[in-house]
Amino acid sequence: MKTLSPRETFDRQLAELKDQLLILGSMVEQITLDAVDALKCRDTEAARRAYLYDQKINDKRFEIESACITIIATQQPLARDLRLLASVLEVATELERMGDYAKGVARICLLMKDQPPIKPITDLPRMAELATDMLHRALGAFVATDADQAAQITEDDDAVDELYNQINRVLLTYMISDPSTIDRANYLTWAAHNLERMADRVTNICERTIYVATGEMKELDVSDDELNKL
Amino acid sequence: MSQTNNNHAIEARNLNIYYGDFLAVRDVNLKIKQRKITAIIGPSGCGKSTMLRAFNRMNELVPTAHTEGEVLYHGKNIYASEVDPVEVRCRIGMVFQKPNPFPKSIYENVAWGARINGYQGNIDELVEQSLRASALWNEVKDKLGQSGLSLSGGQQQRLCIARTIAVKPDIILMDEPASALDPIATLKIEELMREISKDYTIIVVTHNMQQAARVSDFTAFFNLGEDRAGVLEEYDKTKNLFTNPAKQTTEDYISGRFG
Repeated sequence: MKTLSPRETFDRQLAELKDQLLILGSMVEQITLDAVDALKCRDTEAARRAYLYDQKINDKRFEIESACITIIATQQPLARDLRLLASVLEVATELERMGDYAKGVARICLLMKDQPPIKPITDLPRMAELATDMLHRALGAFVATDADQAAQITEDDDAVDELYNQINRVLLTYMISDPSTIDRANYLTWAAHNLERMADRVTNICERTIYVATGEMKELDVSDDELNKL
Repeated sequence: MSQTNNNHAIEARNLNIYYGDFLAVRDVNLKIKQRKITAIIGPSGCGKSTMLRAFNRMNELVPTAHTEGEVLYHGKNIYASEVDPVEVRCRIGMVFQKPNPFPKSIYENVAWGARINGYQGNIDELVEQSLRASALWNEVKDKLGQSGLSLSGGQQQRLCIARTIAVKPDIILMDEPASALDPIATLKIEELMREISKDYTIIVVTHNMQQAARVSDFTAFFNLGEDRAGVLEEYDKTKNLFTNPAKQTTEDYISGRFG
């Protein structure tokens, strides 16, 4: 005879919710890589597809939010379950915003479509790869409630920031030497900024993982040294 | 009696409670904060109600029960030989799971305890005060002569709370006070507990985790030890215990993994 587990339904609901969150995460990874690739290849069709794909991400986010609220209402979670569900709401919001950043990159591709390229785009795809890789690992750590891994991932944010600064420097040089590039260089700075913000939001997800695991709410990205330079 | 200066209404010290040879509650140390609501939770058979009854010597009504250790009330051990258990139960009242009004009028239900304790003041005033304090006055003021048993379950329970309040206790013990009531009557009892905790210290045993989370300031989690004796596993502010308990067993219990 099968033994009845008191949490069978609840545990299944939590597992399904985590699966849905991973799906949303992979959608965000996809739209980010697609949008940056479209920008690199100046492929307006691909950019348009990425732009429209953001709507699917928004829908998925509402679906997760709704499932989460239903579980809270019906299971009345406590302790780690409660921290997990509250954090899923937060993480879904972060992912949705990341989707918006990617959509922003797709939009930049469409805005620049008639203008000649300033230079081959090489650093932005590297940034996108780094950011999406961070996101992938951060969501893995989140569903596994692995606080140690989460704390480690945030250290990679420095590499993204480094690339962002480098892109800025290069584009600034273009703008100074040839003011006719200002428009296009600005667009690319904007795209780089979106990817940099995306990596910052991965840090927020890692903070949530630590909260679920330990109950401690702490900021991981305390850039004191950045402030000291100001 | 003098007030304790450390904000604790009552304190169990190295308390062991036996039923015959069976150790039901082992070595409990627990300080209950004054004018706060403390919930006692835990799986069936972990000694929650036994612990609650130890606070006003109700276990003595069970012939085989005996208690070791101390329960300090205003610095004095209520189990000391010179202490009269009836006096203890006047100061530390109790409300039970099933509403149990006397088969008498609403008025008499409230007046009874005060009268047999030789209350010298105005009994009419005491009855009104107590019924107001238990949020029942408006519902019964025009029918004080009717039987207490004519009231609904929720009203009966509030009548029992009024009866307890009427003897002017310091501490009110509640053993599953809402488990026999419907959800609305339950919420009313919980609101009432909040209201009267301004004047009284309340200790409540509940199976309903959400109720403990909703209504209490502090929560004591009791669990079964390896020898089947009840032990105090974790005691903390309710907010902490239900969002981030210190012990894995507490986490497992409140998350429904056992119990």
